[in-house]
Parts: sequence; structure tokens; C-alpha cells
Amino acid sequence: MSTVTADPAPGRVGLPTKLRQSWDKNWSAWAMVLPVVLVLAILIFYPLINGFWISFTNQTEANQLAEICTKSITGGEVCKENPNAWSFVGLDNYANVLTGKVGEFWMWTANTLVWTVVGVAFHYGLGLGLAVMINRKMRFRGLYRVLLVLPWAVPAFVSAFAWKFLFNERFGVINSMLGWVGVDPVAWFDSRWTSMFTAVVTNVWLGVPFMMVALLGGMQSISDELYEAAEIDGATPWQRFRNITLPGLRPVSMTVILLGTIWTFNMFPIIFLVTEGQPAGQTEILVTGAFRAAFEGIRNYSLASTYGVLILSILLIFSVFYRRVLRKQGEVW
Amino acid sequence: MAQMTTTPPITAFPAPTPSEAPVNKPRRGRRSVAASIGLHATMIVASLIAIGPIAWVLLSSFKPGYAVQSSELTLVKDPTLANYEYVLFDTNFPIWFLNSVLVAALTMLFGIFFSATTGYALSRFNFPGRRSLMMVFLVTQMFPVAILIVPIYTIMANLGLINTLPSLVIAYLTIAVPFCAWMLKGYFDSIPNSLDEAASLDGCGPFRTFWTVILPLARPAIAVTGFYTFLTAWGEVAYASAFIQDDKKFTLAYGMRQFVPQFNPQWEYLTAAAILVTIPAGIVFLFAQKHLVSGLTAGGTKG
Repeated sequence: MSTVTADPAPGRVGLPTKLRQSWDKNWSAWAMVLPVVLVLAILIFYPLINGFWISFTNQTEANQLAEICTKSITGGEVCKENPNAWSFVGLDNYANVLTGKVGEFWMWTANTLVWTVVGVAFHYGLGLGLAVMINRKMRFRGLYRVLLVLPWAVPAFVSAFAWKFLFNERFGVINSMLGWVGVDPVAWFDSRWTSMFTAVVTNVWLGVPFMMVALLGGMQSISDELYEAAEIDGATPWQRFRNITLPGLRPVSMTVILLGTIWTFNMFPIIFLVTEGQPAGQTEILVTGAFRAAFEGIRNYSLASTYGVLILSILLIFSVFYRRVLRKQGEVW
Repeated sequence: MAQMTTTPPITAFPAPTPSEAPVNKPRRGRRSVAASIGLHATMIVASLIAIGPIAWVLLSSFKPGYAVQSSELTLVKDPTLANYEYVLFDTNFPIWFLNSVLVAALTMLFGIFFSATTGYALSRFNFPGRRSLMMVFLVTQMFPVAILIVPIYTIMANLGLINTLPSLVIAYLTIAVPFCAWMLKGYFDSIPNSLDEAASLDGCGPFRTFWTVILPLARPAIAVTGFYTFLTAWGEVAYASAFIQDDKKFTLAYGMRQFVPQFNPQWEYLTAAAILVTIPAGIVFLFAQKHLVSGLTAGGTKG
């Protein structure tokens, strides 16, 4: 009892020793992640923290300098304090944004929710359906797969342009095709929901291939034996899908749905280029609305940061909640 | 949380078959003729929707301006190469094209390198900070690019990188690497740890093991990473428009906006430019496509 030998509890080892051991064991791992961590720290997390701070000030392009310097006749510089320099304003920015004094936060949020939920639902639903079909043996399978994945290879701004072209009111193909079945041309960008519809269609078209490929990869890692056993037991195709394919895809599904939600939520180019917020800003989502509110005219850094913090908070709350639900169901990842 | 050890769960299926994952699904009863027709019909319709918009833009790019903006629907009308000629010879398009190739290629190279090393470290070593790094990668995806532009601009300006192509490469890496590292980690997890142990018994250090043993086995995932990083850089507009001020240094994505004046977009030139922009992405896609399914392991394996 009274022997003073080394305590086996790891917590008691002196900190320097522990660091040393940790360093000896892990230096190669740290070396491998170091460049990425450094770049992310400088380019993402420094701006993040800085932005958090700026969101409590009223900094804009016009008042960001603390001193105004002018060249004097003698060649030297004379600096004096900027009388209109930015200052700390507490929660004013948040109050302005959330009460709708600046921008249309609540309408944009509603748009973003519709945009994200509809987009991800179609991405996942269509992606899953197509993956199930293309996972079967059939002729031309390779060809179908290449064609179906092709939209992924098209840069987002090109697809945005292509669809804007198709939806053009005067000479777009879609209105012409509607004309064949006797429907009058639709002025897509003149009302809120038809305008939103064009953007959602573009986004669905662009996003389905990723889902399809990810789910297809997941399906091919499900053991064939499960299907054989189910078949011997006389399971119908639907039962096999319901009880083998879906549970087998769970880990993949959970990840792609989370990623898809985050990506769609922050999807900038489609709304920005396809609807351009028409009509009258009614189809802006949070990111595009914030961008226009903060960067058109005098660049309003504090406003941009405020929106950034709000968007990040929404997504963080969502993902924490999402993971909690998953963990309750026994999925840890 | 306790099961987050270095050893990835060794699953029943042999993971890294170098080419495509086997698809020897047992012949689950023959399909009826009707089912076959239905399946093919669905596939054909879906394929048409997938390629339709691009095909239409392609057809339009060969039409003269008045036919592009006509409500009459024709597949081919007075075919001409004039739009391509204008874009290729009367604008800075070729220079923008080279800039884009340079930026995308560099992003791809560095992206693959950094994602692979990071992914490997995340997969194989249980170092302190590993879990938080995984979370950090997820969080980086949440911060909207549109809002990050200004602070990153300031940093780039302080580093003297504004109006240079490297500024774009660095910015694109911050977008692409977190996802790619995450994805590659999933793929490395599916490569049995015993290979590393064997290599280590043969006297390979961690870096050599990674370089000579694991990396060659991860070819499909590397192909997907290359595709993804290339595409990220190739199609990005926001950073390009913020950082580059010199007409000779524009990338395609931004340069093309010059064809869209405020009130009267030159649709015929846009169609031709859109096709020219899509071709290189399509070529990279063709190289990567047969690896896409087996290489993309978005959370496919737990770990």
C-alpha cells in the first residue's frame, strides 16, 4: 500500500512525459494533417472568428479605417482619426436583421427551407430510384450510367445558364414544348413560385448524379448473400428493398443527406444566376439575399458577417440535432 | 465513442478491387418483358432529361443569333461556326481558358496530395484531435462562400496574392479538400490494416507505407478526388470575380460573364462558350467515370 511506485492511472503521468509519448507516437499523423489544418485555420477559421467579432460592429467599406491619412505638401503623411470610424454596436445588427429592418430575413429563410427540403428530397428520391434501377443487370447499363452521371460534370454556372436559356419566356424550349400541348407560354420569372420552380429544377438536375453514384456505391457493398437468403425465404422485391437495401444503405444515406442539406442550403450560383431573385427579390435564399444586401453598393462587412453567423448557426443546430436523432437510433459516425 | 479505434472494421467484402466493384448480383429471376420495357423506358427518359439541356445548348451554339432567339423550335437552322469563331478569336477566351486549365490542374494536384495524406492520417492514426478534425471538416462546409469572400480577400491582399492565380488555387483547396479528405478516409478505412502492418514489418515508415502500399490501392478514390477538385476549380465564379481584376488573368467562369451585359445577353456566344467550357470537364469526367461508383465512399464505411 505504501509503495511509491508509478501510478498506473494514465492521468497521473506528468504532462511533459505525456506530450512526449504522444509526440513520439503521433508525429507522423500530425505531419500529414498539418498543412491542411494550417490553411483551414488561416482561411476559414480566422475569418470565422473575425466575422463573429465584426458582426457586433457597424463596419462597412466606408468606415473601416480608424485613421485617415493624407499626403501633405512636404511629402510626409498626415494622419488623423477618422471621425466616422466604425464602432461596437452590440446586437444591433442581429436586431435589424431579425426584425426585418434590413433585408427580408424571414422570407429568405422560408425560401431557403423550401429550396433545401424540396431539393434534397428530390435528389435523394430520384438518386435512390435511379440507383436501384441501374444496379440491375440490363443491356446498355454502362451507357445509361455515363449519361445519367453526366450532369455532374457540367460546371454549375454552365447549367444555370443552360436552364435559364431553356426557361426563357420568349424563346425557351420549355415554353415551346408547352405550346405543343396547347399551354400558353409561362412567364416563369414573373411570379415567386414559378421562378422558384425553375431554380429547383436546375438544382435537382445538377444534384441527382452525386446522390445516385454515392448510393450505387453503397448498394454494391451490400453482401449478395443477404439477397440470396431473402430470395430463398420467398421475399418479394419490395421486401428485399425495404429490409435489405434500405438498412444496408443507412450509413451512406445519413452522410449524403447531411452533406446534401448543407450544400443545398448554401448553394449560391443557381439562385444567383437563374432567378436572380426575380420577381423583386422574392426568390432569394439566405446566402444570395445576404450577398446582395451586404455587397451591393457600399460593402457592408458587418451585415455580411451577421448573416454568415446566422447561417452557420442554423446549420450547426441542424446537424447537432440530426446527429442526436441518429445516435438515438444507434448509429454512431 | 470507444469503438473509434485505429483499426477499421474489417468487413466481409474484400474492399479495394482495383477496378470496379464486382456486380455479380445473382440472377434474381428473369424479368418479364413488360418489366424490361418499363425499365429501359425509364432509363431512356431519365437519360434524355440528363443530357437534354446540354444537347440543346450544343445545337443552339451552331445557330446564328437570330435563330437562337426565335420562338420557333428547330433542331438545326442555318448551321454556322460563327459563334465559335467569335468566341475563340475575337475575345480573350483562349487566355482565360489557359488560366482555368492552370488553376484547375494545380488545384487537382495539390488537392489530391493534401486530401490523401489527411485522409490517411484520419483513417490510420488515432491521434489526439482526430475526431475534432473530422467535425471541423464538416463545419467548413457550412460557412457560405459568399460571406467568406471579403475576409479571405483581406487575407490574400495582406499576403500580396490578390490578382494572382495562386490565390484562386489556395481558395479552391479550402473548398474541396475537407470533403475529399473525408471521402478518402472512408476509402482508406476499407483497405485492411494488415497491409500497413506488413509494410511496417518490412521496415517501411508511415510515409513510405502510405506512398508505396496504400496509395496505389486507392486509385478509384484518387480518381474521384481528382474529378471533384478539378470541377470545383473549373466552375467556381465567386472567388474568381473577387480576387482577379486583370482581364488577362480571368478564369473562364468569370470571363464568360462578359457575354452577359446587363440588358441584352448575347445568347449565341454564351451557348458556344458554354460548350467550350464543358468539354474539358467532360474529358476529365470520362477518365474518372468508371471509378466514380467504387471510389466515392461518402460515409460508406463507418470509422
